[in-house]
Amino acid sequence: MNRTFTVRRARFIALCLLPGVVFVVLFTYYPMIRGAVIAFQRYNLFDLTSTPFVGLENFRVVLGEDRFWTALRNTGTWVAVSLFFQFFLGFGLALLLRRHFRGRGLYQAWVFFPWAMSGFLIGLLWRWMFNGQFGVINDLLLKAGIIDGRIGFLATPGWAMTSVIVANIWYGVTFFAIMIMAALQSVPKELYEAASVDGASRLRQFWHVTLPHIRPTLALIVLLRIIWILNFPDLIYSMTGGGPAGSTDIITTFLIQQVIGGDYGRAGAVGLLILGLLLAFSVFYLNATRFEKAR
Amino acid sequence: MRRLALAAKVVVLGAWLLITLFPLYWIVVTSLKPKPEIFSVPLRYWPANPTFEHYAELFSFADFGAYLLNSLLVSLAAAAAVTAIGVLGGYTLARFAFPGRGMLMLAFLVTQMIPLFIALGPLYLLMSDLDLLNRLSGLMLVYVAMLVPFATIIMRGFYERVPVALEEAAQVDGASRLVAMVRVVIPVMLPGIAATFIFAFVQCWNELFLAITFIDSEDAKTIPVAMNSFITQYDIDWGSMAAATVVSVVPTLVLFAAIRRYIVEGLTAGAVKG
Repeated sequence: MNRTFTVRRARFIALCLLPGVVFVVLFTYYPMIRGAVIAFQRYNLFDLTSTPFVGLENFRVVLGEDRFWTALRNTGTWVAVSLFFQFFLGFGLALLLRRHFRGRGLYQAWVFFPWAMSGFLIGLLWRWMFNGQFGVINDLLLKAGIIDGRIGFLATPGWAMTSVIVANIWYGVTFFAIMIMAALQSVPKELYEAASVDGASRLRQFWHVTLPHIRPTLALIVLLRIIWILNFPDLIYSMTGGGPAGSTDIITTFLIQQVIGGDYGRAGAVGLLILGLLLAFSVFYLNATRFEKAR
Repeated sequence: MRRLALAAKVVVLGAWLLITLFPLYWIVVTSLKPKPEIFSVPLRYWPANPTFEHYAELFSFADFGAYLLNSLLVSLAAAAAVTAIGVLGGYTLARFAFPGRGMLMLAFLVTQMIPLFIALGPLYLLMSDLDLLNRLSGLMLVYVAMLVPFATIIMRGFYERVPVALEEAAQVDGASRLVAMVRVVIPVMLPGIAATFIFAFVQCWNELFLAITFIDSEDAKTIPVAMNSFITQYDIDWGSMAAATVVSVVPTLVLFAAIRRYIVEGLTAGAVKG
């Protein structure tokens, strides 16, 4: 790394970075800051004649809405259940793919494919498969004798949440499998050799060598994943639109509805609440996992 | 015992492959069924009378060719611009220590954690002020901004793997820094640059929320915007929808398969959103 600093070099650095910085400041940071200000204004797209500052009114209104609290609860379910299955299925897949076998590359390439799809398309795909009348999932469950009659999966509140979570798990397992495989490969081989010389079984090796070694990586992967699942309204948007009756609304679909509704003041308030939530959770999580490591 | 374990492994891997691929299979099959067959029970797992009528409809009734072209234009332009920005920015981040470098990296990484649609409303106001609503060029600019952090961070990683000695040798031979970068470093990094370009392209191709916020005129619609308008509350024409899904997903499938290795690297570097 070059540390000398001349005017000529400073100019070169500035010129190289300028375009990227301009874009990010103008189209990302500026709108975010403006959004934070608007959160304290009465700001409705369909009535811009006066946009007075109203203090915490937007927050009061949002926090007073039942739909907000439902969305918040749903977010918890959506994140926790999706994460749980994505993590353990992904971990299992990573362990199975850990050792080289013929066709492993090809297998990974095929299993990788949901990633090329947008959340929007995945939502549509599963919306069709979960269709109450002509959906293939109903058909398969009937054929297998698991259900007696067709279920309106996306029209029934409890089932709708289950359905969007199933789709999300399908999408996210590969992510964990790939990340965990990378983490597993980072464990030095000598550690296993030493452990097997000491007569440790495979299970004990996994528990005492592999797991402690990859734990910090796992903690980070899980945190990133939690944030991304929370920020992933696309799938729900196209699969149920948050319905029926708000039963699959999560906090980010709620935000998007506020924006579409044109109430930017409230949308700004929801945005700030989400940011606060993310920040508080990240700090809490990082502290908790560090505590774990110190023990 | 060994054999049993192997058999179990094959069964589990096979089952997961089936679960992964079945939705894709099902959407292709649906797109090939004539309408009465799509909406009839018992379901058929293979079209009895395969037809391309839904694909033909897309391009005759809906103006899907125009949407495709719009998506292609926006995605190509944004991906090219952001790749160039990443090539420049990544280089300085990888090669120089300068005041504010850490802050800049942090500012870029933070945008990867916070979804852009948190600022969707103000972004709409900004686009309106700049008279960029309903314009492909406006959408392109926002996409570039959305992808700058990713492109810069991932390119930095690629540069860090190119030995500095390579450039220094060229510079000793009298080449300026910029010439050394263009002639010596960039050729080595071409696969990485291609991967960045493709990834950026696919992100733009797939993007929904920004596009539906900024675009509602017919002649500036991208594919996701058009497909979004196919969704009506109670009635979706699943034949056309399936065909549209297949048409829009096939290019991304091919492109992603080509750069799979780099995406994994980008993920582990924290540059790619999962």
